[in-house]
Amino acid sequence: MSVQTYSPREFHRQAHDALGNPQIRANFRRAMDGLMDKRGDAFSDWDVETLRELGANIRLRALAKLPDLLEQLEANCEANGIKVHWATDGDEACEIVSDICARHEAKSVIKGKSMVTEEMHLNAHLEAAGIEALESDLGEYLVQLNEQTPSHIIMPAIHLNTDEISDILHEKTGTERTRNVDTMTAAARAQLRERFMAADVGISGVNFAVAETGTLCLVENEGNGRMTTTVPPVHVAVTGIEKVVEHLRDVPPLYSLLTRSATGQHVTTYFNMINAPRQAGEFDGPKEVHLVLVDNGRSNIYQDDELLDTLRCIRCGACMNHCPVYTRVGGHAYGTTYPGPIGSILMPHLIGLEETQDLPSASSLCGACGEVCPVKIPIPDLLVRLRKEAVGEGRGNVPGAGVKRNKKELAAWKSWQWAATHPGVWRSGLTMASKLRALMPAKLAPWTDYRTLPQPAKTSLHTLVKRHHAKRGQE
Amino acid sequence: MTPIKHYPPKPQKVYFYGTCLIDVFYPGAGLDAIRLLEREGIEVIFPDDQTCCGQPAYTSGYHDEARRVALAQLALFPEPWPVVVPSGSCGGMLRVHYPTLLADTPQVDAAQDVAARTFELTEFLLNVCHVKLSDLGEPEQVAMHTSCSARREMGLGDTAPALLNQLGQVELVEQVRTTECCGFGGTFAVRHPEVSGAMVEDKVDAIEATGARHFVTSDCGCLMNINGNAEHRQKAVQGEHIASYLWRRTS
Amino acid sequence: MSARDIILNHLRTRTDGAIPVPESDFSVMTGRGWDHDERLARFEQLITSVHAEVVHAQRSSWTQALAAILHDKGIKRLALGHEHPVACEARAGLAEAGVELVDPAREIERWQREQFERVDAGLTSTGGAIAETGSLWLWPTPDEPRRLSLVPSIHIAVLDSEAIDETFFDVIEAHGWARAMPTNALLVSGPSKTADIEQTLAYGVHGPKELVVIVRHGAD
Repeated sequence: MSVQTYSPREFHRQAHDALGNPQIRANFRRAMDGLMDKRGDAFSDWDVETLRELGANIRLRALAKLPDLLEQLEANCEANGIKVHWATDGDEACEIVSDICARHEAKSVIKGKSMVTEEMHLNAHLEAAGIEALESDLGEYLVQLNEQTPSHIIMPAIHLNTDEISDILHEKTGTERTRNVDTMTAAARAQLRERFMAADVGISGVNFAVAETGTLCLVENEGNGRMTTTVPPVHVAVTGIEKVVEHLRDVPPLYSLLTRSATGQHVTTYFNMINAPRQAGEFDGPKEVHLVLVDNGRSNIYQDDELLDTLRCIRCGACMNHCPVYTRVGGHAYGTTYPGPIGSILMPHLIGLEETQDLPSASSLCGACGEVCPVKIPIPDLLVRLRKEAVGEGRGNVPGAGVKRNKKELAAWKSWQWAATHPGVWRSGLTMASKLRALMPAKLAPWTDYRTLPQPAKTSLHTLVKRHHAKRGQE
Repeated sequence: MTPIKHYPPKPQKVYFYGTCLIDVFYPGAGLDAIRLLEREGIEVIFPDDQTCCGQPAYTSGYHDEARRVALAQLALFPEPWPVVVPSGSCGGMLRVHYPTLLADTPQVDAAQDVAARTFELTEFLLNVCHVKLSDLGEPEQVAMHTSCSARREMGLGDTAPALLNQLGQVELVEQVRTTECCGFGGTFAVRHPEVSGAMVEDKVDAIEATGARHFVTSDCGCLMNINGNAEHRQKAVQGEHIASYLWRRTS
Repeated sequence: MSARDIILNHLRTRTDGAIPVPESDFSVMTGRGWDHDERLARFEQLITSVHAEVVHAQRSSWTQALAAILHDKGIKRLALGHEHPVACEARAGLAEAGVELVDPAREIERWQREQFERVDAGLTSTGGAIAETGSLWLWPTPDEPRRLSLVPSIHIAVLDSEAIDETFFDVIEAHGWARAMPTNALLVSGPSKTADIEQTLAYGVHGPKELVVIVRHGAD
């Protein structure tokens, strides 16, 4: 099955296409407005700033102790019978998962929603190994049937409207065309129940991994996560190494922040806390449970005090819900596993700035994302940091740093710097700009594609103030 | 960014940092801001050597260059007087970003000091001057566009509306998605023109939909952006800097 | 070096050195000050708002309510445990109800398709509930295995009204979960749902389509 691909290198073209697509514009505008309202309502009776501060603290504490917590998590998981594996990158993680599948002669795998497995391109890897990987989350299922990738980290099919979904279900599974959401849902339920029973292995993500007890926590509404982690005889949980928390009591604040920030829910239908495979004397649950800890660039991010904050993320999606750019171009335009603001600060570390060089600048730095981030990641500051790295004036510790080094632009900024540190020159420049304003071109694309060009005023403020104070001096 | 909770009493003198956009394109707004301050009995010092706060270079990632310019601006404010800035964007640069930009320089303390006494114009008029405005103008509706920097970097979503609400003949109307960015973002508008264009179009449409033909803003970047798109599309919406609006209506 | 060693070493030789450990103040997670009636009211309002049903019954006669629910919903085959007092009372109370009582205490591999297709409902006890979120909490056991509350299309859960705590944080702390977690612990806050089709809520996706909570009142 070939999946429709987008690339971060093609952001401008993909954004252009999305901006010109009324369906995409309408779908995303409506969806983001709804999600923003829901989040606003969910937090209206809470001390939201106190909760965000607690969430930020909990995540920072976990990061501060990360290597110790990972060891503690591993020890507790193993003591409970969960086998723990480590992978330095996505490819290693894919190998680990496909080895587990091979050992069980797995032909088909059922997946609960997991962004890290998207990051690893796990499905493609499994299919190349002759193993069918079927998504069970309804949104992911629809996106997979449509041969696409998710366009949002929480609501993967948000770019599709009801009619498009009905068409997909009809064309790919023979379901009768309908606008009735309940009918479509019932059809998907029936289709997937068979697949849960037939799956050899269930693969899931992890929302929170608790070091204190070796507990893997999963958040969901549909029940497919519980099905994926309970029905097949083998369960493989995959997580980025940063998803650890220290104590069990750290979970409720983060869970509450996650559900309210993501979909405006006070709680999700299910909160699933997995500690062990089927024990002696138990009658159901997987006989084998594996946990795969994936680095894939995270330990690099970890090295830097400023960049570290990127790892606080609990993958709620609030940043993209509130982003005016994401709302207008949709998730696919970014061409990355994680789109929107979190994508722009995370993806450069995972796949390098050469690939993602247009993403950190694809923001007006409005700050709406940072304002709603449940763990207070200073996203605009991190975007600026990545821009600094891209032009080679940073620490150089991001892959692809310096990719946007550009003699012309540097020369322009150096001229600007020189003028701005030589006030006499600056003031002369103001005078020149005023005198030459009649000569300013009417077209100065790209500005003038959308706006008229303002004219330099006849007299600069510098001069107006001199005259004004002179006049007042005379009074 | 949380707003300043403890404002100083009204001072005798302030520095005025005009901003480069006002200097070049909207000098009248700068002068009107100075008049508003002088009317409150404050002596306004305009350091002649001011140029640019450095924000365009800073947000483009050219921090070495931005730093040199920032250091030059810092040197303009040696006395412990407040620095009043008619822009949330440049005000935010001084107050929020100068301390981190200059963190590894010997001038970091000076940067902290200036940051702690930097105020955006509407914030200063309302919370330091405790200005009481008397409206002498004709009744009209006006919409307010608060810049993202003023709102989120400096925590000032309420100061400009509060001043406008003091004007007895002015009805402040609110556009839909009032907190959404207008799409200027400095260099964003030229690096990502299509997305920026889509954003400013929506902003102009939203203001137009309020029925108000007039809007005010505290930031000239937003002003240039929204006015420019309105004019390009021949919309009846027109805006000015809030300093000019307040001065005109109260004098 | 193994991947494990590489990763841990990289984390431990951090360029910017040790990260200061911040304090965490959890007071916002507890101390709601709701009495029993308020907890019950909040629990019921929240869980019914997401289409769960709440049925109130007296401790002494709750199996009659159960029988009525089974009858009203046309439930003919009910899976339930043997050993938990709730299951024992249910079995006793349903002896003449004309409902086939299915035994889940067998290796699931032997009866998986039966569980998916020919069991109308699963009955479980609960550990308690959370008022703030409208959630039940369950610790499945060999007697009441995990799938009992997942696979059959109807889940009937029995909750004692005194067992409602204020917040999830309270449940974890008050019941000492960190000391010893079970194989699987669950919060269940309604029947299964999704908003993936144009953000329109639809119920009964993969988990149970219906959740009925029987709240038992009165002393044992």
